[in-house]
Amino acid sequence: MKDDARLSEEETMLRSIEAMLPRFEKNRAQLIPILQAIQEEHQYLSREAMRLVADYLEISPSEVLGVATFYNQFRFHPPGRHQIKVCLGTACHVAGGDIILENFERKLGIREGETTPDREYSVERVACVGCCALAPVAVVDDKVIGHMQPSKIEGLFLQFDLQREQEKAREAGEEADAQAGS
Amino acid sequence: MHKLDPEKRLALLAEEARKRQAQASREDVPTLRIVMSTCGLAAGAAETRAAFEEALERRGLEARIVAVGCLGHCYAEPLVVIHHPASGFPPLCYYNIDPGKARMLVDSFLLDGDPALEYVLGAMVPNDLLPAVTDFPRFSMEQRVVMEHCGAIDPHSLDDYLALGGYGALATALGRSPGWVLDEVARSGLRGRGGAGFPTGRKWRLAAEAPADSKVVICNADEGDPGAYMDRTIMESNPHQLLEGMALCAYAVGAEEAIVYVRAEYPLAVRTIQRAIDDARKAGLLGERILGSDFSLHIRVFQGSGAFVCGEETALIQSIEGRRGMPQHRPPYPVEAGLWGRPTVVNNVKTLSTVPAILTRGAHWFRSIGTEKSPGTAIFSVVGNVTHAGLVEIPMGTTLRTLIFDVCGGIPKKKAFKAVQIGGPSGGCLSGDFLDTSIDFDSLTEAGAMMGSGGMVVMDEDSCMVDVARYFLDFTQNESCGKCTFCRIGTRHLLLILDRITKGEGREEDLELLDTLSRDIRDGSLCGLGKTAPNPVLTSLRYFRDEYEAHVREKRCPALKCRALTAFYIDLDKCARGCDACVGCCPVEAIFTTRGRKKAIDQELCVKCGECVTACPPEYDAVVRVSPAHLAPIIERPQPSEGRG
Repeated sequence: MKDDARLSEEETMLRSIEAMLPRFEKNRAQLIPILQAIQEEHQYLSREAMRLVADYLEISPSEVLGVATFYNQFRFHPPGRHQIKVCLGTACHVAGGDIILENFERKLGIREGETTPDREYSVERVACVGCCALAPVAVVDDKVIGHMQPSKIEGLFLQFDLQREQEKAREAGEEADAQAGS
Repeated sequence: MHKLDPEKRLALLAEEARKRQAQASREDVPTLRIVMSTCGLAAGAAETRAAFEEALERRGLEARIVAVGCLGHCYAEPLVVIHHPASGFPPLCYYNIDPGKARMLVDSFLLDGDPALEYVLGAMVPNDLLPAVTDFPRFSMEQRVVMEHCGAIDPHSLDDYLALGGYGALATALGRSPGWVLDEVARSGLRGRGGAGFPTGRKWRLAAEAPADSKVVICNADEGDPGAYMDRTIMESNPHQLLEGMALCAYAVGAEEAIVYVRAEYPLAVRTIQRAIDDARKAGLLGERILGSDFSLHIRVFQGSGAFVCGEETALIQSIEGRRGMPQHRPPYPVEAGLWGRPTVVNNVKTLSTVPAILTRGAHWFRSIGTEKSPGTAIFSVVGNVTHAGLVEIPMGTTLRTLIFDVCGGIPKKKAFKAVQIGGPSGGCLSGDFLDTSIDFDSLTEAGAMMGSGGMVVMDEDSCMVDVARYFLDFTQNESCGKCTFCRIGTRHLLLILDRITKGEGREEDLELLDTLSRDIRDGSLCGLGKTAPNPVLTSLRYFRDEYEAHVREKRCPALKCRALTAFYIDLDKCARGCDACVGCCPVEAIFTTRGRKKAIDQELCVKCGECVTACPPEYDAVVRVSPAHLAPIIERPQPSEGRG
């Protein structure tokens, strides 16, 4: 049942990519912009998605894969619902960025570049987000958090837990309302 | 309208802009300028702004909030400049304004007229009432050419730029000739700010003389250098200045197409520059027949996907063509045959942003700043262990000592200066002996570092130079494109050697090997990445050899940084009975209570994160870090039954 759900999820994605491709000129120079647009929309590049792009631009799939893997921006696995990026730029390194990364990894039980099995969190390292005066820095769901500390990480996850509980409570409430209404 | 020359047309545009500005700002309404560039946002500027808006609404006050770009004072973010004319005070600059202080300022300053001087950094202009920031070394010793208007104008407002005389250099140039621009830039002695320092005037002339129907101008805003963010700041704070510089370059060399190559990791910069392009096109300052002249220019944004090697111009061009960003053999140089085989000028953001000022004020004026061989200013992002971190624009020829100790306030926490790393992964680490080195292209190269794109990381006594070299090698070996064997495999080996030294497994012959291998990589690589990748190793080996020797021979990290070579323990004489401060903060529960009800660290479990050092109250200061690791006394964890008895 769950596999079916995943499968159809992938199919929906591929269909939407197919629909999007004609927006771009059929030109080799459009390869990187196309890949960026796909990742922007779907968070990652699946093998099938890259094959579609190769067919569209009439180049070999290995060319597409070669370009995509060359650049740091592209991801090949679906990220978690909450994306955590730990900056390991020079200033962050000097200020102990590796300790921050290690704490995230330990807390979530995954390594850098991985996603938790429930697809709730993913952790990545990035070269520099350019907020060096605030080092060490982590980017959580597009929000840059400066002066990171291991204790802040605890607080962060407590917040997420709280949010999830509230969401669950709200959903449960809505369901109850709906049932009461019917 | 048809008979007007470009300068008159621009004058009309500027006049309209000033009128619109005058309408928008009223004398009796206070103006709040909040720094909302990426670093300001990271420090919480969005929350601060929301707090201001909410407090203003609650009090029923009227005020104009303007989001401005970066002032360069990242240490004091979020920064807010409040101009409240009715209060009689000049515009005041407030620092570290969190939502609480924002609410307080609305009540005390905007409502009651008390400016809460304890939160003021200084007045923005000299006055009789209170000190002005312009008297502070961080301001007075700087000389701003490129960043002159950064933080003062709204980056999303073309009107703001026009009102300050923006696009004036372009209008003047259009009224004269491309040759005039080429001559002026050549006379100014401007050198490329991307790192290598190639004379800009010569590059442009080569492109102008290249025979071709169409040419391209590319602005290199890839800025992959970790620790440097001035290009992003310039794009986020004053995008029109960059566009004007690009237009001048395109006019001079005869290009009708230009591309801004920005890292996709800089979403705010991408949005800001895109909006600026659209606004300028609507106003007739870009696009077809600019300001009624025969010159047309189309600028577009290309988002780079994050590859350090794409800072190299031939790799950058490959990337725009949709390929892997691998450097190509030169010649042919891009100025002869670059993007799609057309003559291409690739210049850095800072280089192009300097050009409007040169043409407005003259090459002679530009030459009066800086040194004979490196005229003009240098922009550095000074970060690391330094009090006033941020972006600094100083005249070339300033010494490192002045920059670090006078302009940026020196090393915090009474620590000693150890090294300064200049130029990122391609640069080098300079020791205290080099503090009197003048900052210019040639002096820095001579010392073994390089100007690079302007990243400067200051390190205090707690930084381990071997670890820093390892860090940079980790970066470059990751970013090596793999084309040249020496770079691809050599950097990997350098990293392995450095890894083992920092783990205490270094061998006596490793130091020699690091040196020879570094030189081989430098000689055997095609592009700048490989040629400069060994610089961090070579310089740290030259200036901090004693640290390498301590790691290899004594298994000791003098800076107490390398985790495999250090250990934490709690000094039982200093530890306070019954205090639990360190227990909760330990992420791995390595801290336990000894029989004497004091605390100790389980060396097996400890991950050496140093949280307990921070948590231990300063009056006890009981956590000690030692190297080599075996110096830490081993204290057995009491058995559960024993502990209770």
